[in-house]
Amino acid sequence: MFIQSTKRALMAATILAGLAGAASAAPYMRGNDGNPETLDQHKTSTVAEAHILRDLYEGLVVYDTKANVVPGAAESWEISEDGTVYTFVLRADAKWSNGDDLTAEDFVYSLRRIMTPATGAKYANILYPIKNGEAVNKDEMPPEDLGVRALDDKTLEITLEASTPFFLELLTHQTGLPVHPATVEAAGADFVQPGTMVSNGAYMLVSNTLNDKIELTRNPNFHDAANVAIDTVHYLPFEERATCVRAWEAGEVHSCSDLPAEDIARLKEAHGEGTRIVPYLGTYYYALNHEDEFLSDPDVRRALSMAIDREFLADEIWQGTMLPAVSFVPPGIGNYAGSPEVDYFSMSMLDREDMAAEILAGKGVTPQTPHTLEIMYNISENHKAVATAIADMWANLGVKVEFNVRDASAHYAHLRDRGDFDVARAGWIGDYSDPQNFLFMVESDNTGFNYARYENPDYDALMDQAARETDLDKRAGLLQQAEAMFMRDLPFLPLVYYTSKSLVSPNLSGWEDNIQNVHATRYMSLSE
Amino acid sequence: MFSYAIRRLLGAVPTIFLIVTAAFFMMRVAPGGPFDQERTLEATVMENLNRTFGLDKPLWEQYAMYLGNLLRGDMGPSFIYRDMRVHEILAEGLPVSMQLGATALVLALVVGSALGTVAALRQNSRTDFAVIAVATFGITVPNFVVAPVLSLVFAVMLGWLPAQGWGDWNQMLLPVIALALPQVAIVARLIRGSMIEALRSDHVRTARAYGLPARMVVVKHALRAAILPAVSYMGPAAAALLTGSIVVEQVFNLPGIGRYFVNGALNRDYTLVMGTVVIVATFVVVFNLIVDLLYAVLDPRVRYD
Repeated sequence: MFIQSTKRALMAATILAGLAGAASAAPYMRGNDGNPETLDQHKTSTVAEAHILRDLYEGLVVYDTKANVVPGAAESWEISEDGTVYTFVLRADAKWSNGDDLTAEDFVYSLRRIMTPATGAKYANILYPIKNGEAVNKDEMPPEDLGVRALDDKTLEITLEASTPFFLELLTHQTGLPVHPATVEAAGADFVQPGTMVSNGAYMLVSNTLNDKIELTRNPNFHDAANVAIDTVHYLPFEERATCVRAWEAGEVHSCSDLPAEDIARLKEAHGEGTRIVPYLGTYYYALNHEDEFLSDPDVRRALSMAIDREFLADEIWQGTMLPAVSFVPPGIGNYAGSPEVDYFSMSMLDREDMAAEILAGKGVTPQTPHTLEIMYNISENHKAVATAIADMWANLGVKVEFNVRDASAHYAHLRDRGDFDVARAGWIGDYSDPQNFLFMVESDNTGFNYARYENPDYDALMDQAARETDLDKRAGLLQQAEAMFMRDLPFLPLVYYTSKSLVSPNLSGWEDNIQNVHATRYMSLSE
Repeated sequence: MFSYAIRRLLGAVPTIFLIVTAAFFMMRVAPGGPFDQERTLEATVMENLNRTFGLDKPLWEQYAMYLGNLLRGDMGPSFIYRDMRVHEILAEGLPVSMQLGATALVLALVVGSALGTVAALRQNSRTDFAVIAVATFGITVPNFVVAPVLSLVFAVMLGWLPAQGWGDWNQMLLPVIALALPQVAIVARLIRGSMIEALRSDHVRTARAYGLPARMVVVKHALRAAILPAVSYMGPAAAALLTGSIVVEQVFNLPGIGRYFVNGALNRDYTLVMGTVVIVATFVVVFNLIVDLLYAVLDPRVRYD
């Protein structure tokens, strides 16, 4: 049995709160990526929603300012030796905003609700590791059969299908947040409305006007309310990034959650520390169709990868707002010891180009006898610039590129329906900080994400083995082997890593850079 | 004239029905659906969503259901904004767009007419050239340039007005100017042209011959005739202005409905797109009618009974 100590985390929280200082009266004007599609934690799917829900609710575990998993509504937990049973003890002082006690039964109700097919939860699958989760969501079992039960008022037991070493990471996602059962029963889908919503986080919902603002105020019943420095938060949705930048420069907002790439150079120069470009948990890649005759040759895929100058893409096309990718799993991810190295990334670009040209010449492809490939991407200035640059790099090898451009819905529907393509753009932002969340995409039975139609029994076996391994170090080793195989076989060509881009006012303290780009308002404070 | 208006409005019902039908099926022909996104959804999850929204039913059945609900005044649930129904979304945003649009409309008519009249009265003078220059600028420089520049100058550099947001009167100023500017320009040009013509017409010469004061001749006799082309232009323009502008709304972060025309279509938010189509179709029909009725008021030669 592992017993997690909470003392250290509590100490850290106390120190942070001490730094946070006195409560401030002015609202924190917080720029957000856009309007949330919903405030229902069970229907949610976007990052904009995650920011707001993180302030409104508190899950069993939460992220601290550095995106480490620390106790939330649960003060401690035990994990059974085989890694399949998690027993959480809730804080005695955990309460809802209306004063009700937060109980283990509330979490049982919430987890059953997200798995119920009629809820139409977009992210139900993130909780499939819970025993019978998938069967309930498929309507093959009643919600009562879900592997979640309350041992008593404050003790919750969650049983998993199989050991899932990243389960606590999963619970930090907004889908793991509790709903107030009595309110949901009484108000139905309207439980998210201001005046009706009952929440258990640091803040409560005051108003919500579509595309205008969402107003939150301090929840006096929150267990750590004494250490919450900011009284009110106004979330402002900025679909147009440049608008947030102007509002920030005019002093109307304290932070922007995303920035226009073309303005980054100026912003860095003008505002220095205020402009935050931070590695983020995501990779921008091209999927290669392994069913295509030309691309089914591993040497060809290797040559295509070699010839791409990722520094150029990151620095010139993305203006430093993306970082060159030398692996599929982004650096800094949790439960990992770093990605395996790929030999050609240490060579000079000129040598790589020569070597790639030589490989393709051996296949009969030269600038005189070119082979045509089609790059398919969803419409966007940046995607177009990337595709054009890569077409140029490949032209030297004798690969002639044509483009196929669609809007995002049509592009992804085409990939989902397994329509034909040669090379297709996509991006992946991790849901939780674990390499499995990247490497699982090309398992041969993952029809939803394995755009490349990559089928390798050895790879699948490694991933299975890693899934069963409860020793985190051994598991990291297995996943490393899998990624080495990935980088050898190249179902996807990793191009650049995403970054999070924010503007943070000097008056706002407590906003710490982290790979998950999570910034709960409860840890921050404002000075006038 | 009243019975004419009623007849016109009744005649519009089949028109709107046809537009709704065409929009419904055109929307569905577009590849992809509301739940196709960068992140492919799990098959089970997708099925659950399709069932929740009735997308698993045959298209004709979905169409029949949509029409039935529409007749009862229910535009259905939004596929994207899942806490809201389409009529709630539109009811929240439409007043904002209308308030902005109406203010811009009045501004365009008043300033545009004044500029156009002054230019016509001093044809080929410096004033005239200045007005033409301003009008050409207003027409050629697009909104997505004017709006951010206004915001940069008056909000970021001078700090006189807010850069974004909705609620205070001062937050309306910049968006209204950005919306009105091209309309001012168009109205000014239209009025200038028709005014020059009207000033040479027989009835204006007669009015002058009677010795009426110059101002009365211009305002009562010449302008009344000269304003007709501007009025027929303003009908469809008003429908467009009052239903919002995606550019101005995004640049100034305003909660209007203009953004839904584009974003709704890109997100395949079927019901929201249908809602905006119904609103615009209705506005166009109503404003065309208003223009026709105004003609009867302004032009004594037009009668509808």
